[in-house]
Amino acid sequence: MRTPLLTVEDLEVRFGTSRGLVYAVNGISFDIAPGETLGIVGESGCGKSVTSLALLGILARNGRVTGGTAMFGGRDLLKLKDEQLRLIRGREIAMVFQDPMTSLNPVLTIGKQLREPLQVHFGMDKSQADRRAVELLEQVGIPSAKQRLRDYPHQFSGGMRQRVMIAIALACEPKLLIADEPTTALDVTIQAQILELLKTLVSERDTALMLITHDLGVVAGMCERVNVMYAGMFMETGSAAALFSQPRHPYTLGLLQSVPRLDAGRRQKLMPIPGSPRNMLSPPGECPFAPRCRYEVEQSRQQVPPLEEIEPGHQVRCFNPVPADEWQRERLGGAA
Amino acid sequence: MSTNGNALVEVEDLKVYFPIKSGLVMDRHVGDVKAVDGVSLEIERGETLGLVGESGCGKSTVGRALLRLYDPTAGKIVFDGTDITHLGENQMRPLRRRMQMIFQDPYASLNPRHSIGRIVGEPLRVHGRGGKELGKTVRELLQTVGLPADAISRYPHEFSGGQRQRIGLARALALNPDFLVCDEPVSALDVSIQAQIVNLMERLQDDFDLTYLFIAHDLAVVRHISDRIAVMYLGQIMELSPADDLYDNPLHPYTISLLSAIPIPDPEVEKRRSSILLQGDLPSPANPPAACRFHTRCPYVQPTRCREEEPLLRPLEGHLVKCHYAEDVKAGLITPRVREAVFEPGPQEPAYVPPVD
Repeated sequence: MRTPLLTVEDLEVRFGTSRGLVYAVNGISFDIAPGETLGIVGESGCGKSVTSLALLGILARNGRVTGGTAMFGGRDLLKLKDEQLRLIRGREIAMVFQDPMTSLNPVLTIGKQLREPLQVHFGMDKSQADRRAVELLEQVGIPSAKQRLRDYPHQFSGGMRQRVMIAIALACEPKLLIADEPTTALDVTIQAQILELLKTLVSERDTALMLITHDLGVVAGMCERVNVMYAGMFMETGSAAALFSQPRHPYTLGLLQSVPRLDAGRRQKLMPIPGSPRNMLSPPGECPFAPRCRYEVEQSRQQVPPLEEIEPGHQVRCFNPVPADEWQRERLGGAA
Repeated sequence: MSTNGNALVEVEDLKVYFPIKSGLVMDRHVGDVKAVDGVSLEIERGETLGLVGESGCGKSTVGRALLRLYDPTAGKIVFDGTDITHLGENQMRPLRRRMQMIFQDPYASLNPRHSIGRIVGEPLRVHGRGGKELGKTVRELLQTVGLPADAISRYPHEFSGGQRQRIGLARALALNPDFLVCDEPVSALDVSIQAQIVNLMERLQDDFDLTYLFIAHDLAVVRHISDRIAVMYLGQIMELSPADDLYDNPLHPYTISLLSAIPIPDPEVEKRRSSILLQGDLPSPANPPAACRFHTRCPYVQPTRCREEEPLLRPLEGHLVKCHYAEDVKAGLITPRVREAVFEPGPQEPAYVPPVD
């Protein structure tokens, strides 16, 4: 395994709200190596986006990192001053946001928005930056790039805007690209185009990609390693192959059982996860998934289970893990 | 596809155009967005017809036109034997209680200032069924959709997305309808909650003999719930077939590409699948391509006929297919190739984005 590019340990994020402290991220650890694609899957409110915002120091004003380290090139991102972080943001770590409709500035031309990181980080002048901007747009597959530099975001479709976002993110050839739900707002045929584009660009440049999504299908096709997040914690981490064939955490199993699969039989029985996600207003004192869990044991109600290695490279946070063959058995049983 | 005279809803050559106006004073009519352009379909009693397509393909417009929320530009809509295409508002009202709608966005479709009791009871009051029994009926409805009885005096903000969608279902069921148009009912929900609502909708269909038009862009969900599926592209139906068959044996090049673009949550399967990548964006429905609408993006396009002659929606292997070369594509006589991308500003209907944490 290669030396990690980014090592996050015990990251904790809290938000102060009028209803009290929100325990958004509760001690997560992961690392990511150059050229690797790491997936973080979870539902809304699980803290997956907050994690990426915390790393870049762009949390909302009421958010605080209350613990942990994030080592990136010998520096701890969480302890850097704003001026120092500014040199890293957009240059070494770049981000693609979910919504291409709102993450571009509607009153600036695409050209201006593409030139900005180049001028700020590389000190290019306008004509140099323009030339580079054209190259970037061509790389992300936008035809007649030169003319389109003068266009405004509203003149682009959703898929095209996301291509522009990717071009901006890759402008300074970052070492790490964080993509937060990059295709959620797009149609499936456009989603396929964008995912393919991300795959190609990342492998050509040996960029590390941190892919945050709620879509298990996207993760299965893109990632080598996956972290399943719930209530601000990783419940299960491992290779995509292991997680999707032998999920050991009840939540991972629950997710797989609750999505209809395109390749499964019709009216395949869906097993929803009962209840709704945990209220994050109190610190976790038990397994956060216990109230919704079919595998809950007494211990789960008394303390938070530790994240333990169950086989090499596969970790589970559960006192009573799902049998290894449960998912396969159930799928085959369901097909009969 | 024969429906042996058991159709609840019949649509014939439905067209819904939205005029594009220009000029400050004159309001000149300069063109039309052809949101729905010649759609014919039948929905049988008790079945679920899935309607899928990408944003801007006109699927929601079809659903709304069926309920006469939009006035059709041309064509005919028959509901349970009555031609409702040109019925006035007064004549429509008694029929409206038999057709209801479920909306995509559970945050926008419930009035935040009204209690749940008022929201669910409203259709009853409107149709003169208020009276003393109202409270009891509402409580029964809430129970039917799996909400606690004390929900009646609470307000929408106190409920999660999944619970709000249950409230929307209770409201739709209040008048004991026959036909429900469900417009993306689960796409705003988290995956673990989606399954709860899908299962609930299946149970309600059995319990109340409901007929669904299920509109969605997520083909996996549509396949799960539908009996038959119609695939739309730029205002027209490209393929219509029994649900399982559409997946096992897709005949239209658009269906084939659409299916191959959907990721499957299984890395093993993902590695084995070969995907056909469609290039470019959806063309504008204000200026759709001539002849076959899909020819600008079709990986199987042939030199002349596809650009010059509009294919008919014709029966083939138990499907209806709108493609000249469906047999040849099926037999492997035509191989897909990568097309040069054609980009145009897409339609202005962004897919709903669930709130992020």
